[in-house]
Amino acid sequence: MSFVDFSWLIGGPQGSGIESGANIFSKVCAEMGYQIFGKREFYSNIKGEHSYFTVRVADKKIHSNVNDVTLMAAFDAETIFRHFNEVISGGGIIYDSDLGDTPTDSVHTLDAPFKERLHKELESKNKSFTISGVLEIAKDNGVKLFPVSFKSLLESLSEETENPRLKGLIRMFNVIGVSLSLGLVKMPPDSLQKTIETIFSKKPEIAKINQQTANYSYNYASAKFENFDHTLPGVQKEPGTILIQGFQGTALGKMACGCRLQPYYPITPASDESVYLESNEILEIIDERPGSTAVIQTEDEICAMGMTIGGALTGTRSATCTSGPGFALMTEMLGWAGMNEVPVVITNYQRSGPSTGLPTRHGQDDLLFAVYAGHGDFPKIVYASGDVEESFYDTGNCFNYADVFQVPVIHMMDKFHASSVITCKRFDPQKIIINRGKLLEKVDDGYRRFEFTDDGVSPRSRLGLDNGIFWNTGDESDEFGHISEDPILRVKMMDKRMSRLDLILKNIPVEEQVVSFGVEEYTIISWGSTIGPVRDALDLLKKEGISIGLIQLKLLNPFPGDYVNSLLKNNKTIIDVEANHSGQLGKLFKQNTGRDVDYFILKYTGRAMTSTEVYDSLKKIIQNKANKREILMHGA
Amino acid sequence: MALKLSDYKTDVHNDWCPGCGDFGIVNAIQMALAEMGIERDKAVMFSGIGCSGKTSHFINTYGVHTLHGRVLTFAQGAKIANPELTVVAVGGDGDGLGIGAGHFVAAGRRNVDMTYIIFDNGVYGLTKGQASPTLKLGEKTKSLPSPNTNSNVNPIGLAIASGFTFVARGYSYDVRHLKDLIIQAVRHKGLSFLDVLQPCPTYNDLNTRDWYAGTDLVDEAQKRHSRIYKLEEQGFEPVVHYDSEPEVNEKLSQALIKSLEWGAKIPIGVFYKNPLVSTYTQRLQDKIPNYLENPPAKQNISKNGHSNTDISMILDSLEV
Repeated sequence: MSFVDFSWLIGGPQGSGIESGANIFSKVCAEMGYQIFGKREFYSNIKGEHSYFTVRVADKKIHSNVNDVTLMAAFDAETIFRHFNEVISGGGIIYDSDLGDTPTDSVHTLDAPFKERLHKELESKNKSFTISGVLEIAKDNGVKLFPVSFKSLLESLSEETENPRLKGLIRMFNVIGVSLSLGLVKMPPDSLQKTIETIFSKKPEIAKINQQTANYSYNYASAKFENFDHTLPGVQKEPGTILIQGFQGTALGKMACGCRLQPYYPITPASDESVYLESNEILEIIDERPGSTAVIQTEDEICAMGMTIGGALTGTRSATCTSGPGFALMTEMLGWAGMNEVPVVITNYQRSGPSTGLPTRHGQDDLLFAVYAGHGDFPKIVYASGDVEESFYDTGNCFNYADVFQVPVIHMMDKFHASSVITCKRFDPQKIIINRGKLLEKVDDGYRRFEFTDDGVSPRSRLGLDNGIFWNTGDESDEFGHISEDPILRVKMMDKRMSRLDLILKNIPVEEQVVSFGVEEYTIISWGSTIGPVRDALDLLKKEGISIGLIQLKLLNPFPGDYVNSLLKNNKTIIDVEANHSGQLGKLFKQNTGRDVDYFILKYTGRAMTSTEVYDSLKKIIQNKANKREILMHGA
Repeated sequence: MALKLSDYKTDVHNDWCPGCGDFGIVNAIQMALAEMGIERDKAVMFSGIGCSGKTSHFINTYGVHTLHGRVLTFAQGAKIANPELTVVAVGGDGDGLGIGAGHFVAAGRRNVDMTYIIFDNGVYGLTKGQASPTLKLGEKTKSLPSPNTNSNVNPIGLAIASGFTFVARGYSYDVRHLKDLIIQAVRHKGLSFLDVLQPCPTYNDLNTRDWYAGTDLVDEAQKRHSRIYKLEEQGFEPVVHYDSEPEVNEKLSQALIKSLEWGAKIPIGVFYKNPLVSTYTQRLQDKIPNYLENPPAKQNISKNGHSNTDISMILDSLEV
């Protein structure tokens, strides 16, 4: 039995409906029982620059994209120029034949470094610097070409439906691309119609035009396109499957675990989460009146963090969501939260740094920054989720950790998470345990907020609680929270706060700290979204009889060094895989386990790793042909 | 049992310099709280950094001594999460109008129902007397190596332009008047701002207590008069009575013009008051109908230790 593993790519200028096209395609495939892993790539731009979406479709659970594209739908020249080389032999390119002989020079959004590389390739193969030139290469590579005039297609549809509006309605191009693709792979057409109806359920007129266009294009492809070996006829649907966008995992987790205040400042790729929370601000509560999340757009990230702390002081589960540059602004307040033992959660959707970096691109650049954020020594938790499904449950855990240990928690996510669309098992909110730690409902006289206790955690009052008056200060303080510069008290207070780090390692269950996928002679250490491509690469190797171990670090501060050492024992080759330049996890690993990393597989192009790339590098390592630092480069 | 003034005092040692204007402000706050009978555990004093930042430790309510320039951010978060709290934020003029100026302006746009008091003395006291945002261009207080090269901020004008809906100025040596202003400010529904002129006896040798008292100003009859005068005694009418553009504009512009008065005559009292602007609480209530009745801090988030939030409708819509 052969497995289905099909990758579809749609591209076009930003603002031309690439995302909604990909949503339709993903939803149709998911409805027909397939597992989906999709990822959006886009420029820091509103309209015009090249944007594309890769949707991988399989009949088993997948965790990443691959290098190979099976079918590409292109309605602009730039998509063809940028991606023709990714389509495999036997794969196909559906494209708008009206693009004709568009030369590279007439596509102004093709930047110089890319054009130079493309021209070099075309020159070496003696091809013209045009669409025809690149398509000839594709054809030589064994790619099947499916040209259609998108304009003529709309014209004849317009005549057939007697709807003159359709003629020249270029915003239909995305639906045409999707529908031609689905027709070509013989996806049963009903699911396409149904999906469009659901997506446009609030706009029946628009739904109708889209359905007509879809139907016409689908039939066109079925009738006219031939000789394509790949089909997606549908498989048995796994019950309880959801199709979800990356940022929804943490947002739904926040709703479920009782986060009721989220101040934020807009930043890519984090703001989608806050906007989604606000779109669902009124919450249904079992057996009670409705609840709500107050989502507050602030003037900057400093205010977002200040409001989050202010909210947390009232006993409200409070969080903010940001990315590297915003997190940088929050760090003074992070120290204040640490000093005052305030439970806050900062969801950090990382992107490529340094500075503004690649603002819409992926990177796991901020691990060390998160671990060391803030001046002075104070306890904090840095916790990373491996995929979107995990991020839902982890969000609940992060709030519990914050409450139980009374420390700020930085929940590390990233752009790869945020802009991926995946199928996974429906979340089960009943698995979200709520543990508020030593939060008080009632206080007796003589309350001291920072009372010395056996476990180093003091009972916590909240602003407004009867008899629970306390003081906070960023200065060193006594047990009441009043400023004190006494040297002996200072040591006791520092020791009390910092003792939290051991308490955390002791009390968080080890399976929440580290996930071991097995330890082998070669064992990978990795974290965050990179786990996905690594897992898929390991599956590929396993099929060849090669077993490589994987240890996923979720708790990154405090670092479970002893536990990791106990898992690894002695004689293993350690491979660190992550999406940054310096191998930040590797540094933390060495610092906390005393062991060197033998190989690094790193990517910092701003594009997420594919499992293909990881597989290739691992192969090289096993064959003893790898560099100490394997740098991955795939992706436009 | 009725609360007495002494109930609002802590026994924390106050280490401000002798003669510091801050004493008058902290006394006025305590007197105002006592007079209003606000329950101690329903009030929160937020403070920024610097001498004024210590204020929250001297007042026996919840006290949150925050970071330089950021006091309004913490205070707004707490008030939004628990609108039942009486929230007063205090800080110096460097804190609120220098490093915190962005938050000052943004807070005005929100109109959260709370009070912000600036201890305005023209210098950064705790760092030994550098020029603060209200010191005038060319002035040289005693520890400045050379005259101030920056123009000053007009705190009243900035508050009015930013959208604060109650804007007043007090003087720290007129404690009773200041206490009355604080009561009005706290009772105002919306964001109230009090600019309190507060001599720093150690570092500001220009705007001293004597200077405010006008000891250098002698008229023809050899009679001295204080620089400070009260707007209400001059028949100044600061309140916006009805919601019309001409009415609002008139009250805004007269307040702005008054705020420019400085030198021989310095007005204190209420410059502007507009009770007709929606508070942030009301704006949230418009989006979330039971926000006030069930605000973030009051919501029950679990049942038997498990999540009690029903997200099944959202999950249904995601299910394929």
